[in-house]
Amino acid sequence: MKPRRFNMRSLILNTGSTLLLPLLVLFSLFLLLRGHDEPGGGFIGGLVAAAAVALKLFAEDYKAARDMLRVHPLQLVGVGLVLAALASLPALLVGQSFFTAQWWLVDLPIFGELKLSTPLLFDIGVFLGVIGTVLTVVFTLAEAEHS
Amino acid sequence: MTTLMAILIGTFYAAAIYMMLRRSVVKLVIGLILLSNAANLLIFTVAGLERGIPPLIPKGQDVIAGAAADPLAQAVILTSIVIGFGVLAFAVVLIHRACEVVQTDDMNEMKGTD
Amino acid sequence: MLIAVLSCFILACFAPWLHRLGGRQSGWLLSVLPAALFVYFASLLPEVSQGGQLQFAYPWFPGLQIQLSFLVDGLSLLFALLITGIGFFILVYGGRYLEGHQSLGRFYIFLLGFMGSMLGLVLSDNLISLFVFWELTTVTSFMLIGFNHEQEDARKKAHQGLMVTVMGGLALMTGFIMLGLAAGSFELSTILASGTLTEHSLYLPMLLLILLGTFTKSAQTPFHFWLPNAMAAPTPVSAYLHSATMVKAGVYLMARLHPSLGGSEAWLLILSLFGAVTMVTGIFLASRATGVKRVLAYSTVMALGTLTMLLGLGTEKAALAAVTFLLAHALYKGALFMIAGILDHSAGVKDFRDASGLRASMPITTVVAILASLSLAGIIPLFGFVGKELLLEAVLTASIWQIGLTIATLVANIMVVLVAAIMALKPWFGPQIETPKKPHDPNVALLVGPALLAVLGLVFGLAPALAGNGILTAAASAVYGQPVTIGLSLWHGINLPLMLTISSLIFGLIMYRFWAGWRHITRFMQTAEKFGPEVIYERLMLGMTTFASWQTKTLQNGYLRNYLITTLGTVIIIVGWALLRVNQLELDINFSDIKVHEFAIVALLILSAIIAVMVRSFLAAVAMLGALGFGVALLYVFFSAVDVGITQVLVETITVLLLVLVLYRLPEFRSLSSSANRIRDAIIAGITGLLMTVLILAITSARQLEGISDYFLQNSGPLGHGRNVVNVILVDFRALDTLGEIFVLALVAIGVYAMIHLRTGALPVTNSDRRAAFTFRRSQKEKMKADEQAQKEGEAS
Repeated sequence: MKPRRFNMRSLILNTGSTLLLPLLVLFSLFLLLRGHDEPGGGFIGGLVAAAAVALKLFAEDYKAARDMLRVHPLQLVGVGLVLAALASLPALLVGQSFFTAQWWLVDLPIFGELKLSTPLLFDIGVFLGVIGTVLTVVFTLAEAEHS
Repeated sequence: MTTLMAILIGTFYAAAIYMMLRRSVVKLVIGLILLSNAANLLIFTVAGLERGIPPLIPKGQDVIAGAAADPLAQAVILTSIVIGFGVLAFAVVLIHRACEVVQTDDMNEMKGTD
Repeated sequence: MLIAVLSCFILACFAPWLHRLGGRQSGWLLSVLPAALFVYFASLLPEVSQGGQLQFAYPWFPGLQIQLSFLVDGLSLLFALLITGIGFFILVYGGRYLEGHQSLGRFYIFLLGFMGSMLGLVLSDNLISLFVFWELTTVTSFMLIGFNHEQEDARKKAHQGLMVTVMGGLALMTGFIMLGLAAGSFELSTILASGTLTEHSLYLPMLLLILLGTFTKSAQTPFHFWLPNAMAAPTPVSAYLHSATMVKAGVYLMARLHPSLGGSEAWLLILSLFGAVTMVTGIFLASRATGVKRVLAYSTVMALGTLTMLLGLGTEKAALAAVTFLLAHALYKGALFMIAGILDHSAGVKDFRDASGLRASMPITTVVAILASLSLAGIIPLFGFVGKELLLEAVLTASIWQIGLTIATLVANIMVVLVAAIMALKPWFGPQIETPKKPHDPNVALLVGPALLAVLGLVFGLAPALAGNGILTAAASAVYGQPVTIGLSLWHGINLPLMLTISSLIFGLIMYRFWAGWRHITRFMQTAEKFGPEVIYERLMLGMTTFASWQTKTLQNGYLRNYLITTLGTVIIIVGWALLRVNQLELDINFSDIKVHEFAIVALLILSAIIAVMVRSFLAAVAMLGALGFGVALLYVFFSAVDVGITQVLVETITVLLLVLVLYRLPEFRSLSSSANRIRDAIIAGITGLLMTVLILAITSARQLEGISDYFLQNSGPLGHGRNVVNVILVDFRALDTLGEIFVLALVAIGVYAMIHLRTGALPVTNSDRRAAFTFRRSQKEKMKADEQAQKEGEAS
């Protein structure tokens, strides 16, 4: 077996990544959800989340990162595509043209107004698609080195 | 500022093309990265450079009162960055595989069908 | 009307099944459609013969002004009747002629498809749909000529016909577009009603292009060579394509456009000259040929030439002569081709020299052949005589070259008589000789077509008013553009045309007596053919492939940098030239508004780009690229593009990771290129960079139109319920684009995954590998089956 060249096993990175990881994932979700109003969105959120998992990969190893994700990244790509494509359909149900945005404003007693919409669904699809693609590439290459 | 940006973009283009004309595939990839950066900056500059007025609507308002930077160009560039990354990732992996199979990074030796 | 045209195509789709259903009688079964269509078109006769016009329109591409519209007047109805009428006989005949042929089903498909295209062509009222049908006839006829595709010869001939007619078709399309622009409409009825176009500035180019299309289709010299070669087709196809349809499409179009394009000097000169030359060339070659179908094919070339010449003359008489001759020709030529097929089918005779004295064993065929040949020769009282008299009268009253054209026509007529005599006498009379098959009169399916067509020639001859008042006068009026008042009659009295006919008859019969000698005298043609148009055509084809392989080797040489240099060189030259030509090139050069930190970043960026190019270590280059990426991100943020800046930072991070991950294992940089190449590349790169700089300055200082971005700024809040306009554009306004983008990303993911994971054993390389893989798979399958079996048995017990 060839040595793993990219494995920079260092205590600082290892500990740091354990602490940082949940924060980064949370941050990526935050970026995704606020994207419609402030800088952020599916692309940026997805990239942050993917970078977080990649950090795990570099701090520990391929297997740890793979286990943390649980599902295969290609599945994320698939789910993302389906969600994004689904976002185009509700408009057809109400007789508007394909991909017209639909908004449902829900008033929650404690949190205030919640804006649900097809663009949000679409953005989540983009988010998952970006994570899936980046991680597929990274994992595939890491795996190739690994074996 | 546009003048300075134009010079920068010209330099990027020149560097990118010089690298793409080399025989090494690795240099080709570097050229590709430079080229996509140059193209993005080109769109950005041509759409007009504005300092400190991002296309964000202030809270509680419906439209931006004054001027704002061109949001369409930004959306286009954002897309282009991500697509550029995808293409680059594909190219990198392709080259990785090709070098593994052909055992060379010289494009002159890669030519041919066997 | 739409149903009438489309029904042929629809039936074509089901023809193979109907063919299996109908068995031996499938030809009769399928011929119900053309028969029904014939009746339908005939029912339109009363109205049209009164000079009426019927129009039908169905929207097709409303945005492009293309509608599927049909126009029925005398001319198109005449053609429609011929197409369906003769089509009926051909289907009956072809079903029997090709009985037992393995791909008879395919024959029906193409024949019906061809019939539909032809109907569409003659009935179309729109230039664009006419052109579509025109090309459809080319394609279907290609399939029909190459029907026996196992034979190399048939393939080659079909290819030849296709190339010649497609080339003309391209010219025709250009001509049509010009015509449509010049007339301001693509509707034929509008164009024809809007009067002549001969004064228009586009007239000459448009005329030449359209004529190139019609001349190739209708086999005018020098494009005549493809027509006899198309005889590689089965005989029913030849009979159909060359009597009434395919080759007459060009004539139809010239006749159709005559009111708009005709009447000019150019029209008169080109059409009469080419028509006369084609007429003489065609019949001369026919007189030399001995193959049954070849003789007929060349005499068809002669007929097409005659029709072109008549349309060129364009007088009232000529218009009437043209439609009369056209009808007469369709009747006797259809019959004669079918008789040629019978000769082959029942006696195995393909060459006139191999047949003699068949009269006793094939009495009915003999009578039919003589009847049709008499019409061809133009002998009273057959319909061919009426056509010939009109032809001579039209030529004698021509406005130019009266004497020349008359002599040409006379010469042609003499040789037509020769050809008719060969057809009427040679196979049937004289001593009986051995033929490859035992000769016999064929089945009624084969005989009904030629017999009826020949008899119709006699009926119309005896009562020309029947055809004249019925359709021909209306058709001639459509050609002439004004109502034609001359009627048809058999007997014109003793006049010059009659004298000419009688003398051509005498000379023709004398020539028949010395036919073998005539062929001997004219054997120099064999040498001449080595320089003929067919050889030129073949040279051209050869030259084209040679050129193609040369330019592929030169341009597609497999070196990326050569492609790049070619592309960049072109861009530099064209854009540079355009920039130099701009009179007042305003370059807004302004360094005054630069802030210090911006200048610092730009300077760093330029520096890192240069270092990335110069360094010898890969890692150093990647580090420089990283620095460069982050610098660019900063620029985005400075100039109000927050989202773009963040994205750039993230992408840059991941890119650097990737590069390190993958390319780290690659060798260090080497100097591969020579220093001369380096200098050349540096010059090209430098010029391109400079050009881009100048372009940006030129563009930014010359911006004139307002962008569409304002719309997004104004509506993002009210319509998109979002305050980040960039994100609203991405996920709402232009969501479909973004969807496309993530599909691209998904493709990248799948591609990368496949490249790395499916590498070994996926594709067996050698044959033994393949066999091994196959055996392995089969054994696996058998094992699975056995397992299943065992499981079932286990459950059962």
